[in-house]
Amino acid sequence: MITKEKLTHLRQLEAESIFILREVAAEFSNPVMMYSVGKDSSVMLHLAMKAFAPAVPPFKFLHVDTLWKFHEMIEFRDKRAKDLNLDLVVHSNPEGIEMNISPFEHGSKVHTDIMKTEALKQALTKGGYDAVIGGARRDEEKSRAKERIFSFRDKHHRWDPKNQRPELWNVFNTKIDKGESVRVFPISNWTELDIWQYIYLENIEIPSLYFAKERPVVEYEGTKIMVDDERMPKELRDKAKMEMVRFRTLGCYPLTGAINSTATTLPEIIKEMLLSTSSEREGRVIDKDQIGSMEKKKMEGYF
Amino acid sequence: MSEKNRKIASDIESYLKEHENKDMLRFLTCGSVDDGKSTLIGRMLYDSKMVFDDQLSAVEAESEKYGTTGDKIDFALLVDGLQSEREQGITIDVAYRFFTTEKRKYIIADTPGHEQYTRNMVTGASTADVAIILIDARKGILTQTRRHSFIVNLLGIEHVIIAINKMDLVNYSQETFEKIKADYETLADELGIKNKYYMPLSALEGDNVVDGSKNMPWFEGKPLLELLDSMDITKEIREENFRFPVQYVNRPNLDFRGFCGTIASGSVKVGDEITVLPSGKTTKVKSIINAGDITEAKRDKTTNEAYAPMAITLTTEDEVDISRGDMIVHTKAMPRVSNALKVMLVWMDEKPMEVGRVYDIKRATTLLNGTIEHINYKVDVNTYKREQVEKLGLNDIASCKMVLTRPIAADHYTDDKQTGSFIVIDRITNNTVGAGMIVDVAKRESDKQPQENIFDIWNKKKQSLENKKGLKHFNEREVVFINMGKNIGYEQDGKGEEFLRPVLIYKKFNKEQFLGFALTSKKKDNQKFYIEVHHGGKTSYVILSQLRTYSAKRIKYKTEKKITTKKMREVHDKFVSLITPQ
Repeated sequence: MITKEKLTHLRQLEAESIFILREVAAEFSNPVMMYSVGKDSSVMLHLAMKAFAPAVPPFKFLHVDTLWKFHEMIEFRDKRAKDLNLDLVVHSNPEGIEMNISPFEHGSKVHTDIMKTEALKQALTKGGYDAVIGGARRDEEKSRAKERIFSFRDKHHRWDPKNQRPELWNVFNTKIDKGESVRVFPISNWTELDIWQYIYLENIEIPSLYFAKERPVVEYEGTKIMVDDERMPKELRDKAKMEMVRFRTLGCYPLTGAINSTATTLPEIIKEMLLSTSSEREGRVIDKDQIGSMEKKKMEGYF
Repeated sequence: MSEKNRKIASDIESYLKEHENKDMLRFLTCGSVDDGKSTLIGRMLYDSKMVFDDQLSAVEAESEKYGTTGDKIDFALLVDGLQSEREQGITIDVAYRFFTTEKRKYIIADTPGHEQYTRNMVTGASTADVAIILIDARKGILTQTRRHSFIVNLLGIEHVIIAINKMDLVNYSQETFEKIKADYETLADELGIKNKYYMPLSALEGDNVVDGSKNMPWFEGKPLLELLDSMDITKEIREENFRFPVQYVNRPNLDFRGFCGTIASGSVKVGDEITVLPSGKTTKVKSIINAGDITEAKRDKTTNEAYAPMAITLTTEDEVDISRGDMIVHTKAMPRVSNALKVMLVWMDEKPMEVGRVYDIKRATTLLNGTIEHINYKVDVNTYKREQVEKLGLNDIASCKMVLTRPIAADHYTDDKQTGSFIVIDRITNNTVGAGMIVDVAKRESDKQPQENIFDIWNKKKQSLENKKGLKHFNEREVVFINMGKNIGYEQDGKGEEFLRPVLIYKKFNKEQFLGFALTSKKKDNQKFYIEVHHGGKTSYVILSQLRTYSAKRIKYKTEKKITTKKMREVHDKFVSLITPQ
C-alpha cells in the first residue's frame, strides 16, 4: 500500500514536541517541566499529557512564584495540578520574601532579578534537575532563534551562545556530566499563531485573563496594568478605571501590560492577533531596555 | 486592508479551518552576507507580514547603529540575532525563522556561507526539504556555490532553488541569467541534483520574491514564495518500509506496557507481524495509541493504523523483551542488521577525528560505541576531488568505514533519513563532534538471526562443567581436548560449540588438576615459542607461552597416543630457558 498522506503543520509540530518530551523522559534521571501558567505552558502540559498517555507525565512540574502573579493564575495552576494529578513544585525566593521585594518599590529589574532569575536558579539547584523543560519559542526574540532545542548549561546554569552543540536531524545529544544540565525547548518551532490555533483545535484550558473583560486598569510606566490586589500603591489604585481589556502574555501583574480588546472567544483573540501590528513581547517590560538584553539575561541564567 | 486581512476580519472561523489544514515546509538558505541572504529572508518575513511594527521600529533604530544599507531599512537586521554577530556583521550560527502563507507554514534554517562554517550549514541542511542556493548575478558561480551544492546534495535535499540575486545590479539582464543557469546545469550534472528551479531575483528591491517582477517580464516562472507554496514535497508512505525506533518504554502499572516512539517511515496496523531488531524476536501489534488523538477526557483512545511521522505507543501480543534503542519493523520486510557500516562523515570539532578511537554514536534512539576503522577518502567540498588522509579536521567530509560494538538495524540515508543518520559524541567532552550518513551496510551480520552473545554462551557452558560429576582419568604427556572457553586474549579461544582446544598435559598435581600447554595445528616456524610435536599421526605445535592450570572437569576427551619422553624433555628444557631471566 502506498499513500501520500501527510500530517498538517499542527500535527507535525505536535509529533515533534512529543518526540522531544519522550527523549527527555528516557535520557534524564531527574527532569522537570517549567509551568508558568501561561498559554505556552498550557500547550506544553497538554503535549506532556498526550506523550505518556495513558500514564501521567513521569516528571515534576515547577512553578517559580514571584508572589506578584495574577491571583487567577495561582488558582488556575492549583486546579490544573489537582485535576490532572500532577507532581507540582512551587518555589519562591525566601530572601526576596524576607526583603519584601515589590516591583512598585524596587523596580522591575530588581524584582525580576531576585524573584525570577535568582529564584529560578535556587529552585533548580535545590531540585537537582538534570533537564529543565521550558516553553520558549524561537519566534519570540532574535537571540532565541539560534538556541538549540537541547540547550546545554554549565554548573552555574550559564548559556554560552558561541559554544553550542551542533543539533542535526532529530538526533539530540543528551550527554552531560554531574552538576551540568540542559534546558529543553519542545515548542521551539511553534509560532504564536501555531500556539493559538492549537489551543483552539484541541480545546485547551487557559486562564480567563487572556479573554477580554471589564477590569480595573491604570496607566503605569507606559503600560496599562490591572489592579489585582491591595499591594498596588493607593495613589495608583485610586486612578484605576474599568476598561474592556485582556492580556497577551501572563506574568507579574504590575509588569504585564493589558490591551484594550473586545475579544471574548478564541477565534476573536486569533483574529485580533493576526490583524494587530505589535509583537507579543511588547507587553512585557523585561526585555525592552536594550538590544541584546535577553541574550545577556540568558547568559546569566535567566531561562 | 489586504485580501488576507479582509478574510480574517469578516470570517475568522473559516480562515482558521483553512489554516488548520496547512502543511509544513522547511528550507535552507545557502549563501553569504554578500549574496543578500539575510536581506532575502528579511524581505520574505516583511512581505508576508510576519514582522510587527514594534520589531520594525527596533530594526530601524538598529539600522542606524549597525546597518549597511544607508537610509533604507536593513532587512538583514531583522534576522541577524546575536549581538556579537551584529557587531561583526556576519551570521555565525544556524538560526531558525518562521513565516506562514495561506498554504504552508515555513521554517527557514538560516546558515552562514563561509567555508569555516560548513558544519553549521550541514546542521541546517539536515532537516530541510528544500534548499535555496543564492548566487550573486554579478559574480556567477563561485567556489562557495560548488560547496553549498555539494552539502545540499550530501544531506539528501531533493529540491534545489537556484536564486540568482542582485539582478538589479546587472540591469535585469536575461543573458546574464541564462549564462549562470547554463553554468549551474554543468555543476548539477556533476553532483546528480535532480529537481532544480532557477529564479532571477532582487531581494533588495523585491523582484520575484513575493510578487513578480516588472523589470523581468522575460521570466515566465513563479515568484519565489509562490514556487515554495506549490512545490510537492510529500513523500510516499510505503507500508513495508515501517521503521519504528523504540524511544521510551511506558509502564505505569502491571497491566500496561507500551513502546513509545515516532514512526520514522512507513505505516503499521493492529495485527501486523513485527520483528524487534537486533534481537530478532517476533510478535504482533496488539494496539496502537496515536498521541495526537489523546484528549484529557479520553486518555486511552486507540487507533487501528498509524503512519510516519506520528508519535505513537504500541503494545504487543506477546511479552517480548523490547527496550529503548531497539527497532521494530515488519517481519515481511526487514532491514539489514550489521555492526559494520560505510558512512559519509562530517567532522564538526576543532579536535581531529582519530582512526581507532572509541566514540559514542547516537543513531535515532540507539546509543552505542563505535570507531572509525578506516578513512576511505576525504572529499574536497570545493573541487569534489578525493584524497587519502590519516585523520579528519574541522569541517572535513570523508567516506569512512565505521564499526560498532554491537549490530544495529540500519538503512541507507537515501532511503530513510531518520534511521540512516547518526551523530558522533566525544566521550570525554560530551560534545557533538561529528555527523554521519549511512551509505552502505556490510553483510557481515546480515541475513542470519543475531546470535546470543558468545560470552554468555560460554558462561552457561562453564556453569554446566562446574556441576559435572565424575572426573576423566589423565596422565602426563597425554594430549587432551579441553573446554577452553572464550577469552579476549591472543589465540586462547576454544573452537566450535564446545569451545574445544587440544592441550598437552605437562605436570599432574593430583587427579583433579594439572598444568598444561595449549597446542595449535597451524604451522609455526618460531622455535623460541613453539615446538613441533607428533601424536597419533598428527602434527601440532606446543605454545610455550600458554601454560596454565586446568581442572580435570574440563577434559572432554583424550587423543590416542602420548608424546614421547624425549620430546617432553625438549618441551621442558625450552620452557625453562624461556622463563629463565637472562
